[in-house]
Amino acid sequence: MRIGSGRLIKMTREQIKDDVQSGANEAAEKAHISELSSSDLDQITEIMVEPTLTVGLEPGREVALTTDGSYMKYGGIARYGGVPMSKEQALWTSERVLGFDTMDLGTTDYSIKPVKSIIIDEAVELENCQLLSIVPLFYGAMPNLGIYYQSLGGKWPSPVDLLKKGKIAEAKETQENAAQDLTTDITYVARIIHQAGADGINLDTTGAAGDAEFYATLQGVENVVRETGMAVEVGMSGEMIQGMHMELMYKNKRLAGLWPHEQGKLVAEAGASIFGPTVNTRVGKSFPWNVGYSVTLVKKCVEETPIPIHVNMGMGVCGIPMVETVPVECASRAAKAMVTVADVDGI
Amino acid sequence: MGGLRTAGDLVARAQMTKKLKIAEAKTYVTKRLGIDLEIMTDECAMRELREKLDIGSALSTVGRAKGIAAKAKIAKICDFEIDCVKKFFEKTKSNGASSTSA
Repeated sequence: MRIGSGRLIKMTREQIKDDVQSGANEAAEKAHISELSSSDLDQITEIMVEPTLTVGLEPGREVALTTDGSYMKYGGIARYGGVPMSKEQALWTSERVLGFDTMDLGTTDYSIKPVKSIIIDEAVELENCQLLSIVPLFYGAMPNLGIYYQSLGGKWPSPVDLLKKGKIAEAKETQENAAQDLTTDITYVARIIHQAGADGINLDTTGAAGDAEFYATLQGVENVVRETGMAVEVGMSGEMIQGMHMELMYKNKRLAGLWPHEQGKLVAEAGASIFGPTVNTRVGKSFPWNVGYSVTLVKKCVEETPIPIHVNMGMGVCGIPMVETVPVECASRAAKAMVTVADVDGI
Repeated sequence: MGGLRTAGDLVARAQMTKKLKIAEAKTYVTKRLGIDLEIMTDECAMRELREKLDIGSALSTVGRAKGIAAKAKIAKICDFEIDCVKKFFEKTKSNGASSTSA
């Protein structure tokens, strides 16, 4: 067994079961949702204690896989595989050799603001790829509102700096201004990739800069769906929307403090096709604790959201330890728990 | 779901374009292909079916539809709106000019 930092530990069956329950109960208490049933807890425990390195699903229970920044995992990025291959080669490898259900393209500076200035070039590559490939092809980027602030090279004063000076009204105003720019940029990027024939756009790690970023993304989703009809996948950055602004509303719902089951409903109302909830791994807690915690939140999200749920699973999210070389025993167990207990529609 | 090895790409398209939950998406695809779930998750059976329908497979057999050609067949058989296919046909529409016109 491991803890959330990836370090190996030893746990008895009883300790595993207790940790699953402890994580599940904490999630239910924090999000004000129902706890997992005893049969769900037992099912997760059984998955944890299976003696094989990897665990699998029964035939017919498989779910679809969407991706974010995936071709970069084996392309020419230093912290990933670093294999020198073109986007076209990576895409072909993904669909023909690795059996991906979908694929996405993106660029190394994987945020909407820097992508905006090169999107025409990106669109040409996507257009080429669409002639060659068969699986659905997304274009992905993070909304990443933080880089619209001066502290990270953007135009608008940083709300954190303003809040430190007690300038609350100004902090709200700068977030609203930045959010407007982000919405405009999301719409622009989507328009261009739509011209190239993209099957969809993936807005990844949404909400990283708090409620203003979520607000801007929801507005962007509305525009994209209305103008292009493209499929939109919205993946989150954490389980709760942080209230950096605190008063932004969407469809009469305050965005600060929303949990996955509430976020998903708004994303669906904005017109998105797929919602990807995210739960951050606690590095000091055990893997079973983290899976119990994540599954509780995601299960409620699946129940309440009318569109497909593709739960975000990878380094540091939804139970998986915070390590770049993800242990396969953790990835397969967390995935199996999400499919068989939380009933997700995809990963 | 195995992508082109089975029908993962088709189930994913059903989710993306029709916003179907996983069970509904699988049912939709099995109905359009005229098969059941057991066949849809069988790589061997699906390879034969995909080659018969010429909708692309993980193996690059000469003469079989690939890329945009496979997607055009998928769009028709599964009733998916695939934007790049629509654009391809728009671009390849004849504008009425003869190849011998001056």
